[in-house]
Amino acid sequence: MKKQSKPARIIIAALAAAIMLSSISGCGQTSASAGQSPKAPVEITNVSYDPTRELYEAYNKVFQAYWKAEADQDVTIVQSHGGSGKQARSVLEGNEADVVTLALEYDIAELEKGGLIEPGWVNEFEKNSAPYTSTIVFLVRKDNPKNIEDWDDIVVPGIEVITPDPKTSGGARWNFLAAWAFALKLYSGDEAQTTQFLKDLYTNVSVLDSGARGSTTTFVENGKGDVLLAWENEAFLSLKEHPGEFEIVTPSVSILAQPSVAIVDEVAKKRGTEEIAKAYLQHLYSDEAQKLAGENYYRPSNTAILQEFSSTFDLSLELVEIDKDFGGWEAATAKFFADDAIFDQIYEQ
Amino acid sequence: MGAFGKRGKARVIPGFGLSMGITVSMVSLIVIVPMLSILVILSGMSLADIWKAATERKVLAAYWVSLSASFIAAVVNSVFGVILAWCLVRYKFPGRRLLDGFIELPFALPTAVAGIALTTLCLPDGWIGRLFTGFGISISYTRIGITVALIFIGIPFVVRSVQPVLEKLGPECEEAAQMLGASKTRTFFKVIFPEIMPAALTGFGLAFARGLGEYGSVIFIAGNIPYKTQIVPLLIMSKLEQFNYGDAAAIALVMILFSFFILFAINLAQSKISKAEKG
Repeated sequence: MKKQSKPARIIIAALAAAIMLSSISGCGQTSASAGQSPKAPVEITNVSYDPTRELYEAYNKVFQAYWKAEADQDVTIVQSHGGSGKQARSVLEGNEADVVTLALEYDIAELEKGGLIEPGWVNEFEKNSAPYTSTIVFLVRKDNPKNIEDWDDIVVPGIEVITPDPKTSGGARWNFLAAWAFALKLYSGDEAQTTQFLKDLYTNVSVLDSGARGSTTTFVENGKGDVLLAWENEAFLSLKEHPGEFEIVTPSVSILAQPSVAIVDEVAKKRGTEEIAKAYLQHLYSDEAQKLAGENYYRPSNTAILQEFSSTFDLSLELVEIDKDFGGWEAATAKFFADDAIFDQIYEQ
Repeated sequence: MGAFGKRGKARVIPGFGLSMGITVSMVSLIVIVPMLSILVILSGMSLADIWKAATERKVLAAYWVSLSASFIAAVVNSVFGVILAWCLVRYKFPGRRLLDGFIELPFALPTAVAGIALTTLCLPDGWIGRLFTGFGISISYTRIGITVALIFIGIPFVVRSVQPVLEKLGPECEEAAQMLGASKTRTFFKVIFPEIMPAALTGFGLAFARGLGEYGSVIFIAGNIPYKTQIVPLLIMSKLEQFNYGDAAAIALVMILFSFFILFAINLAQSKISKAEKG
């Protein structure tokens, strides 16, 4: 390498390259519908997780109409979907979201720790800031050839179970905890036997995908496995897309999954969108939006509207709750999913 | 090289300052800065923590899965890559250019697409998997599947490294060797092989290093069971998913060192070979 003179030119070239690169990266999305409203159109970003795609596509239209009538302002909503943890991390690392609607309270708590969301967000909206809920059910093949009715039917040898990895997937943590709740009840609180039950269960797991959608693909498209542990709403979507190929089995015990919503205070403050962000999440509790949630196979948190969907959902299912039965996500994560915790132990030989 | 660099002599091609500047800034922006960011994260950790994160039992098992699968895939690619390159350079047949273009497809295809497609093909009743089911071999969701995915993404490296050397070599050398009485095997091992060896080694090294880092196509076909079919990049993702940036960086550092040593060893081997040829 012979380096010769002309340092000035080198510096200029370096600067030029740097400017070129930085200008490539910062492309925003602007597609506001320009109306002649007195208020300037506003844009908010909703960072959400995978299975809510269809729900928010419908809800955003409802909210746009509502906000136009209410505040006489056009609003554009930029939607983003992905694995819940991944989405939380992208916000933490500077993806400017005005609101987050994620799968786990834990992921939002991580944003709180990062200083983006003010403490006390859980009580900012009704029902622990969970406007809709879901639960974990079994998806089995047509006519249920292996006669799977409950959790103890899927730990016996010879059953092939598909569920994602709790280390990488929010949904998978619910699956694990639901199974744990069932076994803990079965063995009347004996944790050693419960751990063995989970070990038997995960011995039957042949593919541990990194996300819930991946597991659905493995089970539904690739035909792998006898039973898929799935979000109720994902299971219904699979039924709808492949009529006559699958059945939903509701176990005797499952878990109340509360996907949480929150305003990203720091971002909303900076962008001056606090008011509309709040209205956006608040309107999720309106009758109209609650019905929309039900139609997209989420259980509405409004009990009256939930009853309207009693033909869709099995309302007799016993549901354990993360706060009441597991002491909250922080505690559950430390006990089950942290490094060397119970999930890691069941894979130790 | 040729025209560049000699002090005092006028360069035939102008613009050394400019191109050097672009080179330096590109290398630092695209290679060095991301690498440094790993070190920045690690600087907040004690050595004991880094060591613990990088040598956890599950992680050790994953190193083995990644290294063995990448190595086997790279060996398979070296053998078949040379054959492919040979065929494409030495024989003229209809559709040769088309076939030549297909070689690069693994570069162009999004890795997730490749992963899903391979998984489906290699299922017990898939087009490829079916052929092996009879022998009791399942490909999808096993280590064999991981290796298959890595063979797929690695093959262009070997073919594209060896091809230009073969083109330059020309059939004259082989003809000369045969006229001098060498057998076909002797011609291959004594005349052709030494010429393409350095290029094949480069291809091997690139395919191996690429295999170690491959994520997109492998996770779909791997099964991802701890201690059995979990690859290192997946563990890094799983650490990130738990907001554990430190451990992820520690494992990443080990992977960088692996890749670095592989490529370094191959460079060393190549310089030995070229010295031996000259001397």
